[in-house]
Amino acid sequence: MKIAILSGKGGTGKTLVSVNLAAVSEKATYIDCDVEEANGHLFFKPQWVQEESIAVKIPEVDEGLCDGCRKCVDFCKFNALAYILNKLKIFEEICHSCGGCLLVCPQKALTEKDKVIGIIKKGISNNVTIYSGLLNTGEPSGVPIINRLLSKNHLLENKLTIIDCPPGSACVVMESIKDADYCILVAEPTLFGVHNLNMVYQLVKLFEKPFGVVLNKCTEDDNPAEKFCYENNIKILGKIPFDSKLGTLNSNGEIIVNIDEKYKEIFSSLLDTVIKEVRYETVANP
Amino acid sequence: MKQLLILSGKGGTGKTTIASAFIKLAEAKAYADCDVDAPNLHLISGWNEHPIRKDYYGLQKAKIDERLCIYCGQCQENCRFEAITYNDKYEINPYACEGCSVCEFVCPTKAITMMPDIAGELMLYSDKEKVFSTAQLKMGSGNSGLLVTEVKKQMKSETKGGEVAIIDGSPGIGCPVIASLSGVDMVLIVAEPTVSGISDMERIIKTASGFNTRIAVCINKYDINVENSNKIEELCKKQSLDFVGKIPFDSQVAKILNSGRTIIDVDCISRSAVKEVYRKTINILFE
Repeated sequence: MKIAILSGKGGTGKTLVSVNLAAVSEKATYIDCDVEEANGHLFFKPQWVQEESIAVKIPEVDEGLCDGCRKCVDFCKFNALAYILNKLKIFEEICHSCGGCLLVCPQKALTEKDKVIGIIKKGISNNVTIYSGLLNTGEPSGVPIINRLLSKNHLLENKLTIIDCPPGSACVVMESIKDADYCILVAEPTLFGVHNLNMVYQLVKLFEKPFGVVLNKCTEDDNPAEKFCYENNIKILGKIPFDSKLGTLNSNGEIIVNIDEKYKEIFSSLLDTVIKEVRYETVANP
Repeated sequence: MKQLLILSGKGGTGKTTIASAFIKLAEAKAYADCDVDAPNLHLISGWNEHPIRKDYYGLQKAKIDERLCIYCGQCQENCRFEAITYNDKYEINPYACEGCSVCEFVCPTKAITMMPDIAGELMLYSDKEKVFSTAQLKMGSGNSGLLVTEVKKQMKSETKGGEVAIIDGSPGIGCPVIASLSGVDMVLIVAEPTVSGISDMERIIKTASGFNTRIAVCINKYDINVENSNKIEELCKKQSLDFVGKIPFDSQVAKILNSGRTIIDVDCISRSAVKEVYRKTINILFE
C-alpha cells in the first residue's frame, strides 16, 4: 500500500504527517521525495546502512573527431550545446540527457559520461525503513533521483509505504504520486493554503487518484480549507490542531507520536481511516 | 532599478508574507511572483482589475500519426523519458514527454511531429504607475525555469521605472529557483527556526552563493524556538552573511492575509519588526 502526502503550498505539514504516520504504524517504509529539501531524516535520525550515487548521462566530445558541423547544436531543444571559437561547448546543467546529440552526430564524435547529481541513502529507525534522496545544490532537476527512489524493490519491502512529496504541482510532484494507491492532501487554514490545495486537488483528479484531506493547524476561527472541502465534496480524513507544544517539538525534530499520547491517538486513527479508504477503493475501483 | 529576490529553501516560512509587506513599504513600481508552481502573491496584491493573460508555450511535444506508424518501435526504444507506451498502438504520454524530439528524428516513416504545447499562463497587472508580473504553470508541467525567466522578462520590459523591484521566489533549490536567481542584485532568505528550516536554509545559501549576488538572512517566527534562532544568527556570522533581523510569531498574520491585506495594512506585532528588516535590507541593497 503506497500512500503519497502532498500539499501544493510548502510548510503546511507534509513531513509532519508523513513522519508520524510511518512512526505510528507497525512497520513502514518512508520515502522522502522532496529531494531539493529532504527533511524527514532530521526526525527519524536513522542509522544509515546504504548509500548510492545517482548519475545522469551527459555528452562528451572527442575534439579530434568533431568537424564543427553543428548538427548537434541545431538539434538540441534545450540549448545545451554551442559551437564557440571552433570548439563544441556543452552546458551540463541544462542538458536533459535525451541522447539526441549522439544520434545526429555524423562523425560519432560524441559519447556519454556519467554525471552525479545527488544521492540516495537508506536508513533504519525502529520500525521504519527510510529512503532519502538528496539533490546536489546547483542541479536543476531531481526527477532522476525520485524515479530511482520509487523503483519497485524499494516499495516492496514493507506493506505500508509513505511517500513524502515535494511542494507544488509540477513534474516532480507528478513523478512522486505516479504509483501511489492513495493521496493525502495536507491543507492549512489560510487563503494561500486553499489556493494551492485547489491545485493539488486538480492534480489528483487529473491522475484519477483516490484522495482525502488532512486539515492541519486548525484553530477556533473559520477554516477556509475546510469550507473548500465541503464545497467540493472532499473527504476530510482528520484534523490536527494548531498547538504551540506540537510546534516546538516539531521545530526540534522530535517525532510527536513517540512523546505525546494525544497525538499518538490522532495519527493512529488517521492511519486507520486511510487504510480503510484504500481498501474500499481497491474493492470499489479495482 | 535594483532587484531584490526573496527565497527560503523550505516552503511556508513566510516568503510571500514578507514580499507583500516589502512591496507596500517600498511602494514598489515593479514586482513579480516567480513561484510559478504555486503562486499566491496576486491574492493579496490589491489589484481589482483583471490581468492581461498570455499563453506560455513550453517545449513542443511529440505526436504520433497512427496512419503512418509501421510499429517498428524505434521511438520507444530511443526515448529516455519512458514517454512512449505501447498498448495496441504507440502513444505519447504528454506528461512524460520532455520535447527532445529524438523520436521524431528516429522515426523512419515521419509519423511523429513535434506540436506546440501550452505549459502555463503569463499574467500582467499594470496601471499608470506600476506593474506586477506573475504566472501559473500548468499542472504536471516541467521546465518551470523557462516560465520564471519569462515572468522576470515581462516585469522588466513593462516596468515604468522605480528604484526597487521585489521578486517573490519559490521554495526548493531546483530549476525555478536557479532561474529566479540570475541577474538579481540581492537575495533575502526568510529562515525559520526549525531543524528543517535550518537544513533548508543552508542548502539555499549554498545554491545562491554560486550566483555572485549579495545574500542577507532574516528569521520569521523567531520566538517559536529561540535556541534555533540563535543557531541561525551564529551561522550567518560564521559565513559573513548580513543578518537583517527577527520577526516574532504573530497569530494575527493568517487572519490579515485571509482578508486579502498585507501585514503593513494592519496594526500588528509583526509589522514593526518587518519594517526594521525592510530598512536594513534596503540599506544593504543600495550600499
